[in-house]
Amino acid sequence: MSRSIHGFERRARVAEAVASSGARGARRRKLNVMLWLPIAWIAFVFGCALSADWWPMPEPDYMDFLSQGAPPGTTGEVPIGAFESSEGLEHYVFWLGTDMMGRDIVSRLMFGARVSLTLGLLAPLIGLVIGGGLGMAAGYWRGMLEATAVGVTDTILAFPGIVLLLAIVFYLGGSLLNLTLALGFLTVPAFYRVARANTLTYAEREFVTAAKAMGASDVSILAREILPNVIMPMLVYALLIVALLIVVEGVLSFLGLSVPTAPSWGGMIAEGREYLDEHPRLCFVPAFVMFLTVLSFNLLGDRLRGLTDVRESNI
Amino acid sequence: MLTVSNLRTHFHTGRGIVRAVDGVSFNLARGRTLGIVGESGSGKTVLVRSLLGLLPSTAKFGGETEIGFEGRPLDIRSETALNQVRGRAIAMVFQDPMTSLNPVMTVGAQITESLRYHLGLTGGEARERAVALIDSVGIPMARQRIDQHPHQLSGGLRQRVAIAIALACEPKLLIADEPTTALDVTIQAEILDLLARQQAERDMAMILITHDLGVVAGRADDIAVMYAGRIVERAPTARLFANMRMPYTQALMNAIPRLEAPPNTPLRTIGGRPPDLVNPPPGCRFAPRCPRAESRCTDHEPPLEGGESGHRFACWYPVGEPGAA
Amino acid sequence: MMSGNGELLKVEDLVVTFNQAGGQRLRAVDGVGFAVAKGETLGLVGESGCGKSSLARAVIQLPPPTSGRVLLDGEDLTGLAGEALRRTRRKIQMIFQDPISSLNPRRRIGDTVAQPLRIMRRGGRAERDAQACDMLAAVGLDPGDAIDRLPHQFSGGQCQRISIARALILEPEFLICDEPVSALDVSVQAQILNLLREMRARYGLTMLFISHDLAVVKNICDRVAVMYLAKLCEIGPSEELYRSPAHPYTAALLSAIPQPSPERRPAKIALVPGELPSPTDPPPGCRFHTRCPHAKAICKQVEPEVKEVGPGRSVACHFPL
Repeated sequence: MSRSIHGFERRARVAEAVASSGARGARRRKLNVMLWLPIAWIAFVFGCALSADWWPMPEPDYMDFLSQGAPPGTTGEVPIGAFESSEGLEHYVFWLGTDMMGRDIVSRLMFGARVSLTLGLLAPLIGLVIGGGLGMAAGYWRGMLEATAVGVTDTILAFPGIVLLLAIVFYLGGSLLNLTLALGFLTVPAFYRVARANTLTYAEREFVTAAKAMGASDVSILAREILPNVIMPMLVYALLIVALLIVVEGVLSFLGLSVPTAPSWGGMIAEGREYLDEHPRLCFVPAFVMFLTVLSFNLLGDRLRGLTDVRESNI
Repeated sequence: MLTVSNLRTHFHTGRGIVRAVDGVSFNLARGRTLGIVGESGSGKTVLVRSLLGLLPSTAKFGGETEIGFEGRPLDIRSETALNQVRGRAIAMVFQDPMTSLNPVMTVGAQITESLRYHLGLTGGEARERAVALIDSVGIPMARQRIDQHPHQLSGGLRQRVAIAIALACEPKLLIADEPTTALDVTIQAEILDLLARQQAERDMAMILITHDLGVVAGRADDIAVMYAGRIVERAPTARLFANMRMPYTQALMNAIPRLEAPPNTPLRTIGGRPPDLVNPPPGCRFAPRCPRAESRCTDHEPPLEGGESGHRFACWYPVGEPGAA
Repeated sequence: MMSGNGELLKVEDLVVTFNQAGGQRLRAVDGVGFAVAKGETLGLVGESGCGKSSLARAVIQLPPPTSGRVLLDGEDLTGLAGEALRRTRRKIQMIFQDPISSLNPRRRIGDTVAQPLRIMRRGGRAERDAQACDMLAAVGLDPGDAIDRLPHQFSGGQCQRISIARALILEPEFLICDEPVSALDVSVQAQILNLLREMRARYGLTMLFISHDLAVVKNICDRVAVMYLAKLCEIGPSEELYRSPAHPYTAALLSAIPQPSPERRPAKIALVPGELPSPTDPPPGCRFHTRCPHAKAICKQVEPEVKEVGPGRSVACHFPL
């Protein structure tokens, strides 16, 4: 395509931004559904994870040897709640059936949500705080600090993450805390880069110079001028990382690197893989739940980006 | 050569229909320069972009809109028809050369690409043409410059390169959209001189868009003043400056700081702001800001007419005539 | 130079250098000195890249100059740091070229205008808001309507009004305007120039007004200084400087201004065609000799001193016009 045409298109896109406010309005109704459905699903998953202890269902590890691989809707006799405090066996309906060891799938999904959400939310939070803070400082002060930070984060990026996880699980054990810290550490460079790049563009803007001219301190400029502008792209990015890490947890389960002591969605998929022929639901039910959750976080991230996009140009 | 008749460009947005250009007609003859003057938001940029189809998909043209180019109708709704002319018979120079040039391509590559695409020239030929073009827009050491990237050039040189690209395919009509707004005064004068020289040499028609009457004063043959999507006054340049009839044109003129005025002369400004084009005021669109406005102005829209020797204006109580009783 | 009496700002032998990629040192401002009397407005004119913005920033110590002195009311700002610098910052404020970029896009207008008060820890929130409202009204905006909105909801001219309100809320003595109208339409430019003149009268401001447009500068300045490639070319009272420019560069700038009259077709610019030389490698001798229509042999070798040629007028040229 011709260069001049290329220039035209670029210009046309500017013009489009000018006129797109209207197109946005027209899409608003659809947009709201795409915003509220993901929020509703995430809230539901959260609710399940938080309230898992109080529901009248067997513990996720309780094996009902009479109902191994039972199809959805099968009834059985199980102790409700924690095994020690339960008052004998009670009548129970396995709404989603049981796995090959006779464990209730509903219960495992609800408790498994804890692992996925803890890992998925806390690890990015670590990256957000450390990487974001470092990135803002590096982008604002530049100089030696930036050079050092770039060196460190590049090293982290170059280091194969899977080796780090293997080492941690091998030497320190695969606890949820260890995994969260390790994954959080691995997300630091990405957050660092997003924060630094955004800070660089805002630090040059004249409202920052204006604040300096008024006598504002560096810390106050970072917190009051730059942070409000940088935090939104960071949050949007964090939501994408949340979705990514939920998937990563599933992958780690396949490698036997996830939390071995607690049920997790990834673990359920990994275990169900052997029975794909006879009982595909053992794989697909947790996979579907994971899919919906990941999709919801991704959609939420996209919507957030659209909604918080401050238009700085005027018609 | 170019006839624009009743051009209406509307944007359908969530707030309603933005009437960015609302019934504009004009003609432009070969070798002439038309200066279009107006504030930002007056529709002058949308007007020329409509001619080249450089608008977002939300833009819709009015039913009676007719464009004629070189004696043939030009269908501005059809991409194929536009592709025939744009970059070729009609070329455009933009305000900011930094964003209109591709930062990762050399100057030469950007010029030759257009030559190859539109004229089918091959490598060596195209390169020679590019060198000649760069030379003709007054860039010294053309052979070295051709292999440089835009960021290695100053703003003035970049705009010259943008002009060279626009001139590459010998356009019949050159549209310059605020070509000097981003430049220093000294460079501005040079670029405007360059455009005038090229136009004379190539016998092109030119549309020069600006918000500054001073820029078009010595350089356009005719001037059209736009306000809120309409042409409100149009005349040969000398006539217009000698005898401004539309109060808006006069107000634009008064806003320019004059060198001959003593220091600290207060400028006469226009109060208020241009109207919202979703919901323009009834009658004359300038009436709410006009010092001469009467009730007739808010009730009936004045037509663009009147005046001798090609001077037209849309005003019920033009400057130089007594106002309403 | 003006007499020592009533000088509010005095800049002496100011040098600003930047380190560039490749180890080159760019002297953006090279030995510039001038004084601004109380209540006076000094215009600073030059092409982009001549160092006028670097000079302005060095005056407010952002960043501080490499060498030289900036005296405000007799106090040297270059040596100050910490709390002392913060206190003097109140006396000097600045408004910038890009009205949109100089406002934080995510802060409501009320907070933006009240921000200097917050930084100086003046008054409670309600009090600050009230003062911000007064200030917004003073610059011709409707405070009730504006205070809760965000910058992108305003036009460029309105944003510039907001910037002016923010700069004036601490009642500074000295206001630096760095190309405040260059990004605006002629009609809006006129409004802002009128507003600045009005504010100057109301608050008794002393101003340094930077622009590349001599017509704009004449409209608001009492005296004008012309810069070329980091050096001062000429300084003098506006009226005289415009009537009879002494430096060929001033004459060239004057001839380049588009004037709205068709008979006066723009006179040939009194400038040898060619680009501005690179500031990292300025020409020897008089820096303007590569573009000067009157350059002689001596201009290529000896750098002209700044000489006084009349009352309050100085020029750096071997052959003043």
